[in-house]
Amino acid sequence: MRELDVARITEAVAKLAVEACTYLGDDMVDFFKKAAEREESETGRDILGQLLENAKLARDTNMPLCQDTGLAVVFLEIGQDVHLVGGDLETAVDEGVRKGYGEGYLRKSAVADPIGARVNTGDNTPAMLHTRIVPGDKVKVIVAPKGGGAENMSAIGMLKPSQGIQGAVDFIVDTVSKAGPNPCPPIIVGVGLGGTFEKAAYMAKHSLLRKVGSTNPEPRLAALEDEIEKRCNALGIGPAGLGGITSVIDVFIEELPAHIASMPVAVNIQCHSARHKEAVL
Amino acid sequence: MEYKVTTPLSDEFIEKLHAGDRLLISGIIYTGRDAAHKRLVALVDKGEPLPIDVKGQIIYFVGPTPAKPGEVIGSAGPTTSGRMDAYSPKLLDLGLKGMIGKGSRNDAVKEALKRNKAVYLGATGGAGALLSQRITAAKVVAYEDLGPEAIRELEVKDFPVVVINDMYGGDLYVEGRKQYERGVDS
Repeated sequence: MRELDVARITEAVAKLAVEACTYLGDDMVDFFKKAAEREESETGRDILGQLLENAKLARDTNMPLCQDTGLAVVFLEIGQDVHLVGGDLETAVDEGVRKGYGEGYLRKSAVADPIGARVNTGDNTPAMLHTRIVPGDKVKVIVAPKGGGAENMSAIGMLKPSQGIQGAVDFIVDTVSKAGPNPCPPIIVGVGLGGTFEKAAYMAKHSLLRKVGSTNPEPRLAALEDEIEKRCNALGIGPAGLGGITSVIDVFIEELPAHIASMPVAVNIQCHSARHKEAVL
Repeated sequence: MEYKVTTPLSDEFIEKLHAGDRLLISGIIYTGRDAAHKRLVALVDKGEPLPIDVKGQIIYFVGPTPAKPGEVIGSAGPTTSGRMDAYSPKLLDLGLKGMIGKGSRNDAVKEALKRNKAVYLGATGGAGALLSQRITAAKVVAYEDLGPEAIRELEVKDFPVVVINDMYGGDLYVEGRKQYERGVDS
C-alpha cells in the first residue's frame, strides 16, 4: 500500500489557496474576452474590460484578485490504496489553510460563534472540508476559496414533485433574479438536483469546479443548462448588475435520484472571481 | 456625466448627481463593514461620540487583504452593501454624505439619502487588485482588534465609482436592468 505523509497535503493546500486567489483560470479569462465582444451595454463592456485588467494585474503583481479570499473550501479525493501517515488528516488540511492564508497575505474571513460574538478565528480555519474515497493510490487536492457575497445569494428549495421541470427552472431563475447585482455578476450558477437536503447542496457546490464552457455529458442536463442560462441572461442584470446581456457565465448541474416524496433543488451562486486550483499527489 | 471630486462632499455637489454619473474621487475616505458599523451605531444609540467624524465624509464598505511588505494596502474591492442597510440611515442622519459598495440598498437607506442629501456609489465588485492601485495611503484609525474589519483612513486618487442611488430616488440597478430585460420564447 502506498504511504503518503499528510505534510504533503498541508503543503498542497497552502500553495493551491494562494494560487487560486491570485491566478484566475484561463477558462474565465477567455470568457471575459468573448463576453466583452458580444455585450450590448457599453457600461457592461467597460466592466468586463476592468475584470480582464484585474485578472492580469493580480497575476503580474501576485495580489489577490478580490479582497474576499473566502472560506477555504477543500475537496479531497483520496485513493483507497493510499495509507495516510504522519498525523491527522483534518489537522493537516487546517494547517495548510493557516499557512496559505498567513504566508500568502490572504484575508482571514472566518468568525467563530457565527450568530453571537462573531470572533475572527485569526487564521481562516477551519477548512470547509469534503472528502471522498475513490479507486487508486493517488490523492487529489482541490482548493476552492468561496467568497461571502455570492454564497449569501444561494438557496435550496425542497420543492414538490408536482412542480416538475418548470418549477425547478423557475426556482433557479428566481434565485438568480433576486440576487441581482449583489453576488458580483456575471455569475456561475451551480445546481444540485435530487438527493437529500445536504447532497443537493453539496452537488451545487461541487458542480462549480467544472470548466467554464464545458458541456454536460448527459444531453438532458446539457439542454436544461442551456435553457436556464438563456432565461438568466434575459433578466438584464448584466456585468456588475448595471444592466446588460451578460448576467450568467455558465450553468452547471449535478443530479442524483431523489426520495419518492422529494424534489430538492439547490442553487450555489459563484461570483466571477471563480477560483479553484487542484493538484494530484 | 463624469466628475472629479475631492472629499469632503458638499450638498451643492450632491445635488448635481444622478444615477449613472461616474465619479473619480480623491482625498480621504473611511473604510467600514459589518462589525465596525455595529459598533458605530451602538455609540450613536448611546449618544456617545464616534471615533471618526462622518460629517461630509464617505464610507467605503471594504475589508482589504493584508498589505505585503512595501505595499500600501492589499486587494481592496467593495463588499455587498445590503448588510449595512440596518446601520447606514443612522450615519446618514449624522451627516455622512456617501457610501461606496456593491449591490442593492433597501428603501430605508434610499429615504435616508433623500432626506440628508447623500449618495450611494458603486465600485466594481471583484476588481480588488485594480482598485487598490488608486489607494495611495492607508492607516487604521479605530477598532484595530477587528482585523480586516477595522476602520481605516484611506487616501485615494481618482478612485472610480458610479452613482447607483442619487438623492432624487434614482436607482441605476433598476434602470440599467430594465433596459436589457427581455422575454424568452419557451
